[in-house]
Amino acid sequence: MKTTLKLTLSLACAVTLVAGAAAQTMRINGAGATFPYPIYSKWFSEYNKIHSSVEINYQSIGSGGGIQQVTKQTVFFGASDGPMTPEQMQGAPGKILHFPTVLGAVVPVYNIPNVSAELHFSGPLLADMFLGKITKWNDPAIARLNAGVSLPASDITVAHRADGSGTTYIWVDYLSKVSPEWKSKVGVATSVNWPTGVGGRGNEGVSALVRQTPGAIGYVELIYALQNKIAYGSVQNTGGEFVKASVSSVTAAAAEAAGKMPPDFRVSITNAPGKGVYPISSFTWLLLYENAKDKAQAKTMVDFMNWALTEGQKYCADLGYAPLPEAVVKLEMAALAKIKIS
Amino acid sequence: MPKSRSRSDFLFRIGTGTFGVLLVVLVCAIGVVLARQSVLSVQKFGMNFWRTEIWDPVAGEFGALPFIWGTLYSSVLALLIATPIALGIAVFISELCPAVLRQPLVFITELLAAIPSIVYGLWGIFVLVPAVRAVETSLPDAMRQLPLFSGAPLGLGMLSAALILAIMVIPFISSISREVLKSVPAAQREGAYALGATRFEAIRAALFYARTGIVGAVMLGFGRALGETMAVTMVIGNNPKVSVSLFAPQYTMAAVIANEFAEAADDLYLSALVETGLVLFIITLIINSLSRLLIWSMARRATAAQEPGVAAEGAS
Repeated sequence: MKTTLKLTLSLACAVTLVAGAAAQTMRINGAGATFPYPIYSKWFSEYNKIHSSVEINYQSIGSGGGIQQVTKQTVFFGASDGPMTPEQMQGAPGKILHFPTVLGAVVPVYNIPNVSAELHFSGPLLADMFLGKITKWNDPAIARLNAGVSLPASDITVAHRADGSGTTYIWVDYLSKVSPEWKSKVGVATSVNWPTGVGGRGNEGVSALVRQTPGAIGYVELIYALQNKIAYGSVQNTGGEFVKASVSSVTAAAAEAAGKMPPDFRVSITNAPGKGVYPISSFTWLLLYENAKDKAQAKTMVDFMNWALTEGQKYCADLGYAPLPEAVVKLEMAALAKIKIS
Repeated sequence: MPKSRSRSDFLFRIGTGTFGVLLVVLVCAIGVVLARQSVLSVQKFGMNFWRTEIWDPVAGEFGALPFIWGTLYSSVLALLIATPIALGIAVFISELCPAVLRQPLVFITELLAAIPSIVYGLWGIFVLVPAVRAVETSLPDAMRQLPLFSGAPLGLGMLSAALILAIMVIPFISSISREVLKSVPAAQREGAYALGATRFEAIRAALFYARTGIVGAVMLGFGRALGETMAVTMVIGNNPKVSVSLFAPQYTMAAVIANEFAEAADDLYLSALVETGLVLFIITLIINSLSRLLIWSMARRATAAQEPGVAAEGAS
């Protein structure tokens, strides 16, 4: 009886030991923005194919949630579509570094019966429409930018996101840069007090609203518009060109910004100057502690980031993201070296 | 033998008793957590939170009136639509329906309750909203002048929300009403017939006899409508403005919490959202208590009036 017990116990110990040895798998948890989720999960699974011992788990709970969880250190890294505010940075127990991973853009989508031409918009025009100041499609302000298109006298219905979202952040960040009135009346956040319009949940909610409501205008992520083949308008940049959002016009916006990139990468590139630049573009960031408690995890993440910012960028185009320009990657490599890994 | 039986009885009582107490503890715990996490917002806004209409995350100003209004208005409208239909279904199934049809009908009404609310929401966006828009646009201009039908005919808005909520609560009200009608003693109906009542009058007597249970069923539907989130947010238009217009896009408490909680990063904003949850909790509590009170007082009057009297009164 006793020997059996001993045997069982030692067997159990052995099993635990073996399991322990095999479980040298490095598991890292992260949480945050939903917008980069498709490329992040692609990266994590591709990286796991090369480094089978690294398992990175990412929950797309939203930028706000990601910032909160990384601040409370319930996850190792966070991800956000908007840079952390100075107050949020102060609330964290250690210094958090921002690393741009890919680029996204937001595009205006609309539904005007019997108008198939691609419309031109300018920043102030979009702001006035979303402020509820321009209420008819045949308003002279719209007609001026769209000579040759016969626009109906129908009402404009504004559709916006009802859920808090990084997409909204990019959109209103742009509007407040081009319209002082938007800046003072509404402001910038992941959800705002909309002066007019109806709210849909998610990109799919907004696009369903726009598709079904004659006279509607809304905004969705470029990826969403591309994947679902939704027509969208072009937007006038600071140089006066009307640019249609595309992978290359978005990367161009970031390349312009690389020249005066602040060392912490917390920069908005909406309304960026330069030729061929699409003005409603933005980075999305991964958030890491400079001096994390777990140095082994920190080292693994730095290795992963080195891969994602170089090799990993090739997966962007297929998924509809704009890759980072070379100049930004170089700056980030230098910043990655600052993370303490021992 | 008797000893062991009394022991198992005792254990059984302890076991089930624990579950009962657990439920009470759970509800209290939810209340406490909601109250604690909303302290910041309660201190800052006080009663103004219930009274003001501005919801501005950028400026940090929060008033829940549009959400409270939207929740109550949509739920009441939904009940106004659903109650007669659900009662009709219940009466038909329990009193008039041919036996062959009964089981399939019961099955189908209960199936409605099993459909996930996101499916209702999608159906709402793609089928119901365009249909409602068509009805709204075809309304004569004279009627559009009325406050009840003012605003742009978007399809999206209070009317769509009320309709989808009505469809969602019908199975609850009709299933329970049916069970209640089934439990009306046969003597009630026989008595009515014996007094020369027509079929309609006999059914009316049965309905009257079952009225406390039916009120309970309606209140259960009300509770369900108050808390419904996903389907409502997909069709209501999510615009926090108080309006009596059925065409106006509005917003509900459950919807704003679901929509904004994930991205709410600063403390006051989070606290305001939690307080919205607390308000919903309190309103649900009040409504449930009132309905208990109503049922209780109806039941007391019924016993006081004595049953034969009730049947005669109902059949007359």
